[in-house]
Amino acid sequence: MLFSLALKSLLSRRTSLILTLLTIALSTALLLGVQQVREQSREAFFSSVSGTDLIVGARSGPVQLLLYSVFHIGNATSNIRWSSQQQLAEDPRVAWTIPLSLGDSHRGYRVVGTSNAMFEHFRYGQAQPLEFAQGQTFTDLFDVVVGAEVAARLGYNPGDKIVIAHGSGNTSFMKHDNLPFLVSGILAPTGTPLDRAVLVSLEGLEAVHLGWRAGVPLPGLKITPEQARQQELTPKEVTAVLVGLKSRLQTFHLQRALNTRSEEPLTAVLPGLALQELWQIIGVAEKSLLVVASAALLTGLIGMLALLLVGMQQRQHEIAVLRALGCPPWRVALLLVLESTLLTAAGTLLGILLLQVMLMAIRGPLLDTFGIYLPLAPLSLQQWLQCLTILILGTLAGLVPALKGWRQARANHLIRHY
Amino acid sequence: MNPVLSLTDVRFAWPEGPQLINIAALELTAGDHLFIQGPSGSGKSTLLNLLGGFLAGYQGQIQVAGQVMAELSRRQLDQLRADRLGILFQQFNLLPYLDLIENVSLPCRFSKARSENAKARSGSLHQEAERLLQRLGLDVLALGKRPITQLSIGQQQRVAAARALIGSPSLIIADEPTSALDSHHRDLFIELLLEESAQCGSSLVLVSHDPALASFFSHHLSLEAQP
Repeated sequence: MLFSLALKSLLSRRTSLILTLLTIALSTALLLGVQQVREQSREAFFSSVSGTDLIVGARSGPVQLLLYSVFHIGNATSNIRWSSQQQLAEDPRVAWTIPLSLGDSHRGYRVVGTSNAMFEHFRYGQAQPLEFAQGQTFTDLFDVVVGAEVAARLGYNPGDKIVIAHGSGNTSFMKHDNLPFLVSGILAPTGTPLDRAVLVSLEGLEAVHLGWRAGVPLPGLKITPEQARQQELTPKEVTAVLVGLKSRLQTFHLQRALNTRSEEPLTAVLPGLALQELWQIIGVAEKSLLVVASAALLTGLIGMLALLLVGMQQRQHEIAVLRALGCPPWRVALLLVLESTLLTAAGTLLGILLLQVMLMAIRGPLLDTFGIYLPLAPLSLQQWLQCLTILILGTLAGLVPALKGWRQARANHLIRHY
Repeated sequence: MNPVLSLTDVRFAWPEGPQLINIAALELTAGDHLFIQGPSGSGKSTLLNLLGGFLAGYQGQIQVAGQVMAELSRRQLDQLRADRLGILFQQFNLLPYLDLIENVSLPCRFSKARSENAKARSGSLHQEAERLLQRLGLDVLALGKRPITQLSIGQQQRVAAARALIGSPSLIIADEPTSALDSHHRDLFIELLLEESAQCGSSLVLVSHDPALASFFSHHLSLEAQP
């Protein structure tokens, strides 16, 4: 009964309330959107590598090692000698190793030299293996496997020829165009940096650098594929190695051994810990986004409160009428609280709707320009809790005019109230 | 017949103020109507506030519909008002966000007794509201669609009268309900109000400074101007 009164009262003021409603809806959408991006980036971040017990690189900081080995961001200051990698692979505690070699690129995408061990042992997310959308692993020296995004954006299919460029970036002038690669497989989407990677074998990578000295080709020396196949192609260095152990219990032991190695200084990090450390740095940005979104929401609610309080001036007569009809003061207060609850609820619902519309509108461009994939998912528990918090805050805001109304209703003499 | 309103030795003064109300005895039988007249400051509205249960701190005894007001809690007073009283203000009687019929049937939302009375009379709240509006000379079909705020003052007062009457309350308290009307409409309004009150079996207590209304009433109470 009070509910229908509250609804009619709100509807009668719809022209002035619509702006408040929109403010709440927008700030709700903003807050939920920020939360969505937070959750998904966090999930994508932490699922970028799993099942790897140690990441080993040349002596550097754990975050830097993680950045270039897993996220393909930045470059290693120095590499690991092949002999060290061999030693590691043959260690009795080690189950498998995935060598990684970075440095080249293909039309803005990083080229990652690795071995077929990648497709066998690499895990991401909830220990998911890499899967092929099309084609297969490396079978030839000049085979290349491209990530899902690379294939989609550049329109590659198995059998296509591609040329890799020396150095990173989109506009490298030094191309290994004498030795083109053939796409042998396309990975299924993983939501990890591998979607944006071009994978080649270490030997293939070695082959395109035959005849190069100090990052530049020797003039006049053009190697043909046939010549390359004749050469000794064992790599001399790798950038990093992902290591899987036979027993997890050995992790700290091996890590300590590698970190205190005397012959070639190495850094071994636990991916989980390094991810955690890196996230703490990125997390600041993510938290400040949340703070801004919360501030926007608070502004919306304060706007609503101001509007409701101004409205109270005009509602003295209404309260007097309700009192004359025997409506107890607490029901007058309830009516006023109900109004702000209803208004907030409508704003929140509209905000949820708005978020879905916004997501649908931007997910295409977002994937195309930034390679960020936003799935259309139902609201997470956290997001529902945020909605609930908004509703509670809206109701609390309603307590202010309600208290005012309650006091007015309690005031003794109502006849000649004007 | 039980008196619908009975005052015995009622005295009231505002704190630090002179004695404003001093009524030795007043009794109104159901169906009788009382006209209270007096100049400004004579305590007319204070008396109405006392009768409506809005004001405490008086001496003596006030009984409304058989209930001793002083013995009732705030909540019981609210319920008594909802069930037994119809109150008519000078102006601003209507909720702007409700339509004609909703405004008239509003008291039935707060009182089961009045809701049942109304239904017993016309079958439904809607029909009873319509009947009362018709009786008070308002064309529901023509006015029903318009926002309540677009009605003239006279029309609004008649809607308010229909609301006071719905569900046959024992007592209708009206505070200068005709002050905004011209004399012709005033007389018409008072006649209709008295007629319908009689139909509903309600007693009307009307306060006004306008002595011209006295002739419509069988009972009179004159309040003196305070020195």
